[in-house]
Amino acid sequence: MKIVITGNHTVSYGAKLSRAEVIAAYPITPQTEVVEKLSSMVADGQLKAKFIKVESEHSAMAACIGASAVGARSFTATSSQGLALMHEMLHWAANARLPVVMANVNRAMGPPWNVWSDQTDSLAQRDTGWLQFYCENNQEVLDTIIQAYKVCERVKLPGMVMLEAFILSHTSEPVEIPPQELVDRYLPAYNPEYKLDIKTPHTFGGLTGPGLYYELRYKIQSAMDEALDVIEDQDREFKKLFGRGYGLIEEYRTKGADRLLIVSGSISSTAKEAIDILRERGEKIGLIRIRVFRPFPKKHIKNAVKNVKRIGVIDRNISFGSEGIFYQEVKSALCNEKDSPAVYGYIAGLGGRDVIIDDFIKIADDIKETKSKQDIRWIGLKG
Amino acid sequence: MIEVRFHGRGGQGSVIASGILAEAAFREGKSIQSFPYFGVERRGAPVTAFTRIDDKYIRIRHYIYKPDCIVVLEPSLVEATNIVDGLKKEGLILINSDWDPDAFSFKKNFKIATVNASDIATRLGLGSKTAPIVNTAILGAFAKFTNIVTLDSVLAAIKERVPMKREENIAAAKEAYEKVKF
Amino acid sequence: MKKSNSKKKKLTGQGAKTIEFKNHNDMPLCAVSLTDTLYNKTGSWRSIRPVVQKDKCISCLLCWKFCPEPCISMVDGKPVIDYDYCKGCAICIEVCPKGAIVSEDEKK
Repeated sequence: MKIVITGNHTVSYGAKLSRAEVIAAYPITPQTEVVEKLSSMVADGQLKAKFIKVESEHSAMAACIGASAVGARSFTATSSQGLALMHEMLHWAANARLPVVMANVNRAMGPPWNVWSDQTDSLAQRDTGWLQFYCENNQEVLDTIIQAYKVCERVKLPGMVMLEAFILSHTSEPVEIPPQELVDRYLPAYNPEYKLDIKTPHTFGGLTGPGLYYELRYKIQSAMDEALDVIEDQDREFKKLFGRGYGLIEEYRTKGADRLLIVSGSISSTAKEAIDILRERGEKIGLIRIRVFRPFPKKHIKNAVKNVKRIGVIDRNISFGSEGIFYQEVKSALCNEKDSPAVYGYIAGLGGRDVIIDDFIKIADDIKETKSKQDIRWIGLKG
Repeated sequence: MIEVRFHGRGGQGSVIASGILAEAAFREGKSIQSFPYFGVERRGAPVTAFTRIDDKYIRIRHYIYKPDCIVVLEPSLVEATNIVDGLKKEGLILINSDWDPDAFSFKKNFKIATVNASDIATRLGLGSKTAPIVNTAILGAFAKFTNIVTLDSVLAAIKERVPMKREENIAAAKEAYEKVKF
Repeated sequence: MKKSNSKKKKLTGQGAKTIEFKNHNDMPLCAVSLTDTLYNKTGSWRSIRPVVQKDKCISCLLCWKFCPEPCISMVDGKPVIDYDYCKGCAICIEVCPKGAIVSEDEKK
C-alpha cells in the first residue's frame, strides 16, 4: 500500500515492519516524530515491543545493547548532539558484535545551535564499527532499515541508517509500505549464537589482554569486508521480493562519461536533475551516489571510475583541518591505481544551506577547467 | 511540474494545507512532495510551506524559488512580506480576504482570486474567532480557482488527513469552492 | 565456545584460565567467557575468611546488602556465606554493627 508520509514516520514504519522488540530512544529535533510514532504504535498494540523511556541518548544505546545481548531485536533513533552523546556506547555495540539498528537524522553539530541538514554528526562516528547507509529518499529509508537488520544480524555488527534533517525527515512523499508477511519472509527472527542467558551464564566483554584483543579486532575488520558481499546479496534478495534494490553505490548516466560527480544522501536526488541538464547539452558527465559508507565500497568505486578523467566529490560534511569526508575516502580508494582520475573536493550545504541544481552545474564546469588538485572549494561561500 | 507556496501564520494550518493538497494530487495519481519551510515554528509567526505536483517522479529536493501558485492564508502577510517573490509570470495567487481580487496592486502581473476563508471557518467553528483555522476552506477555493486538483480529491484528502471536525472542514471547503472570486 | 557443565566437572578453583589460540578462526567472535560463569569459583581467591557468629547477629541485613558479590543469603533470619564465591573482601566484617562477623585466616 502506498501512503503519503514524512521521512520520520517512514523510519517508524521500518522499525515496526522489522518487528523491533525493544525500542529505547530519546527525542531530539528533527528526529522527535520517529519516537512519537513508535511510542504510539507500541501503546496501541500495533507493535509488540517494549518501549523504554530513557534520560539520555547514552542510556538509549546502553538499553539497546542490553536488549540485543539477550537476543532481542533492538532499535533507536537520534540526531546530531544525541548521536555524539552515544559515542562511547556506539563502540560498545560494535565491539560486542551486537546487531543494533538505528536511524540517525543527519543534523549539524552545534554551536551555534542549528537543526538543519549536515552529515558531520554521523561521519564523525565512522570509526566506531557501525555499518553506515546514506539514503536518498523516504522509500529508501524504509527499505534500508529492513535490509540493515538482515545484513547486521548476518555479520554481527550494528548498523546506522541516515536520512537528512527536514529534506527527508519532514518532507512528505508517497512511500510503499510492504505487507508484513513479505517482510517476515525476508527477515527471519533474530536468534544469536551467543547471548546472555541465566541458564548458561557467561561473562561478555570481560578483560581481554593483548594476546587476544588484537585478533578480535581483526575479526571485526573481516566482518566489515564480508558485509560488502552480504549487503549486495541481501539487496538482490530484497529486490526479488519487493521490486526495489539500491546496491552499495548507484551509478547514474555514467556510461561514456569522462567526468563524474560523487555525492551522497538527499542532494544526490537534485544532482541527477543537473546531470540530465548537462547531458542534454552534450556533456559527457555522470554521477555516482555512495549509499554505503561503512564498509566503504572501494572496489566498486574503482570499477566505476575506470574511464573517467575528472571527478568532483561533493560533501555536506567536513573534517576540520582535512577535507570533506567522502572526498578523503574516494581519494584513498583510488590512490594506488594506475592512471587514476584527478579528484576535486567541494563542500556544500553545511547546516542546511540549500543545494540547488545550479550548484551542481557550477561544480561540473569547475572540474572541467580546474588545474589545482589540492584545495577544497566552498560552494556559495559569502564574500 | 507545478510548485505551490503557502503563506500563513503559525496555528492556521499552512503546513497541514500543503500536506492535504499533496494528498489530493496523490489520489489523482500524481507524484507529490510537501514540506514546511525548515525550522522552528511558533504560533503567530509567519510560516511557509510548499507542495510540488508532477506527472513523473519528483527528484528536486531544494526549496521552491519560482512557484507557479501562491496561497495566502493570512491577509496581513500581503503587506508584511513579499508574497509574490519569485512567482512566475501569469502566476496564480489565492488570498484569504474579504476584498475583491481587483483591489490588489499586483493584479496586473498575476491572476488573483480571493475568498473570505476566515469568515467561513469562524461560522463553522473551526479554530476561534480571533484565530480561525482556514486551511481546509482555502483548499476548496484552490480547487475551483486553479483546477490543479478536483474538489472531490480535496474532500477525500481532508477526510484522510484531518483528525477532528471532519464534517465542518468538508463543509468549509465546499462553501469556499462556491464563493471564491476571480 | 565450549559448553561447560559445572555440575559434572570437577572444580579446580582456578577461576578463568588464560586460553591460548593458535588460530584466530578458532576464537569466538566476541569476548565471551569460555567457561560458564557458575564454573568460575572465585572463592579460591580468598586470603581471609569471614565467619558469622550467629549468637551476636541481630539480623539487620547490612552484610547481606553490602556484599558486592551477592554471596550472603539469609537463612532463618541469619546470614549464610557462600564460600564458593566469597572473595574475602571483608566488607561484611566492616559494616556489621555488632562485630558478629569475624575474620579468620584462610587455611590453604
